[in-house]
Amino acid sequence: MSQYRVLPGPEHFLPPAAASMGIQLPNPGEAHINGVITSEEKAYEEAAKQFLMAKVPTLFPGPLILWAWNEKAAKKATAIRHLYNTLKECVQPGQKPMLIPMPDYRPKYPKINPEVEINPNHPNLTIWHNKIDCCMFIGVHCHQANLSLKIIRGGTSCYTIAMCAQAGHEDAMLSFRDASVEKIMTLADWVRKLKGTVQPRLTSAKSGASN
Amino acid sequence: MADIHSVIGTKNKKGQTYTDTWKLMNEAPRTPSFYTGSEVIKEAVRRASCDVMIAYPITPQSEAAALIGELFAEGYIGDYFRGESEFAVMSQCAGAAFGGARVFTTTAGPGTMRAMENFPMWSGARLPIQMIVTCRGINSPLSIQPDTLEIAYLLNTGMLVWHAETAQDFFDWILKGYMVSEEPDVHLPLALCCDGFFVTHTKDVVNLTPADMCLPPYDPYRSPVPCMDMECPPVRMMRDPFVMKSNYISYATHASWQQEVWAAVERSRKHSIKWLNGLIDVENADAEIMLLASGTAVSQSREAIRLLEDEGVRCGLVKVKTLRPWPEEEIREATKNAKHIFVPEFNVTGWLAKELKATVPNHERVHAGPRVAGGMTMPPEIIVNEIKTTLGLKKSFVMAGRGS
Repeated sequence: MSQYRVLPGPEHFLPPAAASMGIQLPNPGEAHINGVITSEEKAYEEAAKQFLMAKVPTLFPGPLILWAWNEKAAKKATAIRHLYNTLKECVQPGQKPMLIPMPDYRPKYPKINPEVEINPNHPNLTIWHNKIDCCMFIGVHCHQANLSLKIIRGGTSCYTIAMCAQAGHEDAMLSFRDASVEKIMTLADWVRKLKGTVQPRLTSAKSGASN
Repeated sequence: MADIHSVIGTKNKKGQTYTDTWKLMNEAPRTPSFYTGSEVIKEAVRRASCDVMIAYPITPQSEAAALIGELFAEGYIGDYFRGESEFAVMSQCAGAAFGGARVFTTTAGPGTMRAMENFPMWSGARLPIQMIVTCRGINSPLSIQPDTLEIAYLLNTGMLVWHAETAQDFFDWILKGYMVSEEPDVHLPLALCCDGFFVTHTKDVVNLTPADMCLPPYDPYRSPVPCMDMECPPVRMMRDPFVMKSNYISYATHASWQQEVWAAVERSRKHSIKWLNGLIDVENADAEIMLLASGTAVSQSREAIRLLEDEGVRCGLVKVKTLRPWPEEEIREATKNAKHIFVPEFNVTGWLAKELKATVPNHERVHAGPRVAGGMTMPPEIIVNEIKTTLGLKKSFVMAGRGS
């Protein structure tokens, strides 16, 4: 088993892909936390704790659930909106949940507007600008999600969560796989369940030397 | 959106039943058939539910490419055509795969080299194209004969690279290869290599799955990148590469992109182990003398081991099935007892021995040879002699070069 752990950064000028460090993806019915395979139940609890601890917990829905391009996507988008509303209801004063879309993967020139979107080619700009210290990717194509997760780990201290519809993401600090409406709703239930039991952090994400 | 599981048990237009691949490969009845390697490629493709096959003639894969044309005429493949060159073929394969098709092609030797620019592009674009490489000589003076040097060039393209020993490997791995390379966490092209002529043009008994059963179709919606979105990378990389922008973020993004491709190669381990029953096969793991080989050098090594056993010299064998992913831990474990590791190869540079030396501790144990090239055969006797010479034993055979 690999000794490497997927932890909040800033990790390195060019952090390695976690898979190259021996981190393996969970099998169906499992999740991972920091690269260690765990039960989904434990992952729900940890993800909810991280959201409730964060100063700026943020959801990043991607193109696979935006645009209502099929019925399943529309239902997932509604579930994400429910999770966002749950976060808003459950956080304490001083915490600021956000919902920022990744509408597409086009490189944005001369500079992305980090107030309205996140982009896989420079996701750290959105993290830094909004001082996001915990985020969850959902509905982002796996390649683009891993690109983002590595860059975020390299240059920020943001805690990253992936709710992946396929096999999961080693480059996130916590990852679910086979994402469904039910899993998103379960996560929202856990947030509600832990409301008031988690002490929020007072500081937000730090940027790394590479900014 | 297609759901693969929903089509299992239904029939395609040729009356073949879409079958769960695990059942197809492990439980379906097998029929022994006496075929050339090229014919075996055709029979595997018949069962592979391929959407597109693109061909270009170059020895020794031309026969397979032509036979697959017959499959198209029979209606087993969605589209089939000849490209203008190998470079064009591989570019056309990319186009078809970008559009969400299951793509198959074949090439060899100089064709592989001519098309080389496309292979890192396939990997970077996460296109699970399968390419058969029937290895042959690549350098001047011209040679069409078996030689595995071209594999060395494929190893750093980001493709999965497997090296088949026999026609049976070929049949099974063509079908299993799609299952590995189409996994969403992998989703990379596969170069399925064999030693030209030795495998393609010799007949062997191959156990075939039923012709009326086939793989489930490819589901492009499981891709880790959007298919054919002209405004987004990776397609946009071709016309407006973000890497052309001179700033730190562009460089870092490209670096992260490359890492993700190689991470996907790593992820293929788990799936390859499942489908191939391990990345290596090992015989006599406790032997102090080991032979490590891939392709038909494995068969020659087996025969050499038999000859040595007759003389009371015990040897083990490591058959390397996947070169990418490279079975680093498996090889370390399999060779931990070995005092000598011999690496017979059909190429002049000894790329497999170099990989091995970079993998095992005490790499002075690795003997990079014997090697032949340019179409020479590798009689097992020269492997025997190499081992006995190294061990200080009297040679069993006088092996003179031709013409002497």
